[in-house]
Amino acid sequence: MSFDDWMLALHVLSAFAYVGGLILFWVLIVAVRQTDTPEGTIRMGPVVNVGNAAVGIGAGGTILLGIWLAFSVGGYDIWDFWIIAALVLWVVAAAFGRRTGEAYLAGMKKAQELQAAGQTGPNAELLAINRTRDGLVMHALTTVVVLLIILDMIWKPGA
Amino acid sequence: MSTVLAAVRPDDWNFPLLVHAAGAMVLYGGLLTGASALGFARGDTRLLRLGYFTLLAVALPGWIVMRVGAQWIYSKEGWDDLPEGTEPGWLGIGFLTAEGGGLLLLISLIAGGIGVRRLRDGGGSGLLKATLVIALILLAAYTVAVWAMAGKPD
Repeated sequence: MSFDDWMLALHVLSAFAYVGGLILFWVLIVAVRQTDTPEGTIRMGPVVNVGNAAVGIGAGGTILLGIWLAFSVGGYDIWDFWIIAALVLWVVAAAFGRRTGEAYLAGMKKAQELQAAGQTGPNAELLAINRTRDGLVMHALTTVVVLLIILDMIWKPGA
Repeated sequence: MSTVLAAVRPDDWNFPLLVHAAGAMVLYGGLLTGASALGFARGDTRLLRLGYFTLLAVALPGWIVMRVGAQWIYSKEGWDDLPEGTEPGWLGIGFLTAEGGGLLLLISLIAGGIGVRRLRDGGGSGLLKATLVIALILLAAYTVAVWAMAGKPD
């Protein structure tokens, strides 16, 4: 395997980590919609951390290694349409993902406040925050944009 | 070499490749989520059930789509026309992890399913630990498989 083959393998592995993280958050979004207790919400924290690590490593790895490959691999240039499209979509996905995180972090913060105040039972306000519509829409948009990046990577329009 | 191949890939290979890659990504995400929930459950029934049902409802369908896509792209690329034993090593890694991994996933789902049923009576944690261990092994195996599929070592 050449150095570029290694970079490509790590680039694709980063994409798997990114999508794996998005899928993890989909499962948590479904699960947290039924969660109305501080303890139940807080218990998801370590799983959220795994998702954050996967998305962080995945997003960072795809962009850094992708730019490396665009410069290094013969036949591709950074200004190729499909590469510029991927870079723009990556930035859009990151922006949507950040807003998703902010929306769901509110539920975690509320759960911690309730637990600190000694309230351990079901809480309607916590349930409403956990069912955030903004967070759901933002995560759906992130997923659609990442899917567009995958389509772009496979079809390479304009290459 | 793989990048050159990617550049000249015929258009009609793209959709089967998308099916294969999308299935593999869903499988990978399902394993990551299932293993995380099982690993961090620490006896919490809700997280144990979440971990198991993620493996069942996300990882298993992902494996099926990945395997169908694999056969489709294998046929499209003409690998089935080659004589026995002349396939490249990366393809062998792919087959080994797909077939062996599918069997392991099935075993983990059977063990986990019994474990989830026993949770009602306060048992089942040992079986769910076995499910977690298998999910982690599969996650490692599929990481190697993705590396092999993308880097295509000789």
